[in-house]
Amino acid sequence: MKKIALNGAGLLVALFAAFPVYWMISTSLKPSKEIFSSTPQPVPTHPTLAHYREILTGNLIPGVSFADFFLNSALVAVATVVLSGLVALLAATAVARFRFRLRTSFLIMLLIVQMIPLEALVIPLFLMIQRLGLYNTLPSLILTYLGFSLPFAVWMLRGFVAAVPKELEEAAAIDGASRAQIFRRILFPLVAPGLVATSIFSFITAWNELIFALTFINDQNRYTLPVAMTFFFGRDDTNWGPVMAASTLFTLPAIIFFLLVQRRMVSGLVAGAVKG
Amino acid sequence: MSLLTEAPEASAARENPARRRRRVDRLPYLLLLPALVIIGVLLLWPLGQVVTMSFYRLNSVRQLRGDREWPWVGLGNYTQILSDPFFLTVLRNTVLFAVANVLLTMILGTLVGLLLNRLGRKMATFVASCVMLAWATPALTGTIVWKWIFDDTSGLVTWLFNALPDRLSTSLFGHSDWTGYGWFNSPLLFFSILTLVVVWHSFPFIAVSVLAGLKSVPSELHEAARVDGAGPWRAFWKITFPLLRPVFGILIVLSTIWDFKVFTQQFVLAGGTQDRPTFMLSIYSYAEAFSPPPKYGLGAAIAVILTLILLVVTGFYVRMVLRQEDES
Repeated sequence: MKKIALNGAGLLVALFAAFPVYWMISTSLKPSKEIFSSTPQPVPTHPTLAHYREILTGNLIPGVSFADFFLNSALVAVATVVLSGLVALLAATAVARFRFRLRTSFLIMLLIVQMIPLEALVIPLFLMIQRLGLYNTLPSLILTYLGFSLPFAVWMLRGFVAAVPKELEEAAAIDGASRAQIFRRILFPLVAPGLVATSIFSFITAWNELIFALTFINDQNRYTLPVAMTFFFGRDDTNWGPVMAASTLFTLPAIIFFLLVQRRMVSGLVAGAVKG
Repeated sequence: MSLLTEAPEASAARENPARRRRRVDRLPYLLLLPALVIIGVLLLWPLGQVVTMSFYRLNSVRQLRGDREWPWVGLGNYTQILSDPFFLTVLRNTVLFAVANVLLTMILGTLVGLLLNRLGRKMATFVASCVMLAWATPALTGTIVWKWIFDDTSGLVTWLFNALPDRLSTSLFGHSDWTGYGWFNSPLLFFSILTLVVVWHSFPFIAVSVLAGLKSVPSELHEAARVDGAGPWRAFWKITFPLLRPVFGILIVLSTIWDFKVFTQQFVLAGGTQDRPTFMLSIYSYAEAFSPPPKYGLGAAIAVILTLILLVVTGFYVRMVLRQEDES
C-alpha cells in the first residue's frame, strides 16, 4: 500500500517535470489543424514533419534562415568553449599544482565572482562593447560569455587537475621531461575528460544566453537562436507549430549535453558540501 | 648503453630542484594571468563601472562611446528611484517573488529528493531522468512551452478549465467560458504562472542535491530511529535535517540569489519589457536603460541596488563554502 503511494507520487513528479518537454515535441509533430482543435490530442494522431520543413527551408527574414541563426549560436558557443577551456586549464593547473601566496585569495575571488548578478553587468558591458567597436558583432558575445563561463570552469577543472596523481609528473620530471612536456604529455591527456565536462558547461552557458545577445546584436542576420526565437516567435503567439519545432531544435543540443555532465553540476555548485 | 643514458638524466635530476624552485615562484602567476585578466576586464571592471555610471546622467549611446560629456549627478539617480513610489512596487514584487519561489522550490525539491531516496531502483531512475529533463531545458524554451500550455485559445489549461462542468466553473469563478481568458493580464496570475515556470526549472537541482546528501547519511541512523518508533516527520527533523544542514544552507542561498534576478523567464512570459506592473529589479533596470529613451545611469543605479542586496546573500554563501572546504 505504502509502496503504491510512493510510486504514485513518483509518477506525478515525473509527469510534472517531463510533461512540458513532451508537449513541446508532441506539438511540433502535429498538423496545425490538430494543434488548434478545441480538444487537445495527447499524442499526435497524424504526425508530420511539416513544421520542421517550414522552419528549416523557409526564410524567417529575407535571405536569413533558421539554419543561419543556429550557426551563429553554434559559432559563438564553440568559440567560447575553446577559449574558456584553454584559459581555465592553465588557471586550474596553477591552483591545483602550486602553493603560492595569492592562491587562497584567488579561490575566494572565484567564488565571489560567480555570484555577481550578470544581469547587473549588461549596462557597463554594453558600454565596453561600444567603446571597443564590437557592437553588433558575434565576438562581442564570445568575449562576454568567456567572462561568464570562466570562473565556474576554473572551479570545476581544479578538481580534475588535483585528481591526477602528482607522482606521475614527478616521475616524468626525474626522467628529464620539461614542464611543457609534462603538461602536454601527462597532465593534458589525463585531464581531458574533465575538460570535456567543463566545456559542456561553457557551451550551455553560451548556447542558452538571451539578454546580452538581445542587447549587443542589432542586425537580424547576426541574431543568435534565442534572440531570433524571442523576436520571431515569442511575440507572435499564434503559430505554435513552427514555434514548437524551433524550440525542439534549440532544446535538444542543450538537453543532450546537459545530461552528459549533470552529475558534476551538483558537486561543482555545492562545492564540497555533498560527499556522495 | 646504460652509462650513456644515465649520465645526462642524473645531471638533469641534480639540476632540476634548484631550477624548478626558481621557476615555481613565477610559473603559477603566469598560468593564472590570462584568467585574471579576463575576470578583471569582463567581470570586475564592469562591476566597478556600473557603480560609476550610476552617478551620471547618461541618456545616449554617444555618451557611452565617450563622444559626449558625462554630467555628474551624484546620488541624483538614487534619490529619483527611491522617491518614486513605483520602486516600492518593484521591490515588493522582487522580494515576495524570491521568498515564495525559494520556499516552494526548497519544499518541492526536498520532498522529491526524499521520495527518490525511498523509491525502488528502476522507479527512482525513471523519475530522476524525467526530473533531469526539466532541469536541462533552457529557460527560454521552457518558458515558451509554458506559455503555449497557457495559450488563451488552444492551450491545455484553457481547455482544462473549459472542460469543467459549467455549473462548477460558474459558481467558483463566475464564468464558464475560458476561451480568450487573459492568463497573463493580472499581476497576481502572471506571478503565479511565473512561479510555476521558475519552480519547475529549479526544483530538480534541489532534489538531486538533497538526494546526494541523503545518500551520504548512514542508513543505520534511520533504522535506529524507526526502531525507536520515530515517524517520518520526526525522523526528518531530528536526523536528516541536522545532518544535511550545510547542504540546505547552501541550497537556500543559491536559490535566493537565482530567484532574485530572474530575467529570461519573465522577459519571455511578458513578451518584452512593457508590462510594468509585473516588473522586478533586474527587468526594471534593463527596461530603464535600454527601452527608448535610454537612461543608462538610472538603470545602472537600479542594478547597483540589486547587486547590493545579492552581496549580502553572497556573503553568507562564501562563508558557508569556506567553512566546508576547511572541514573536508
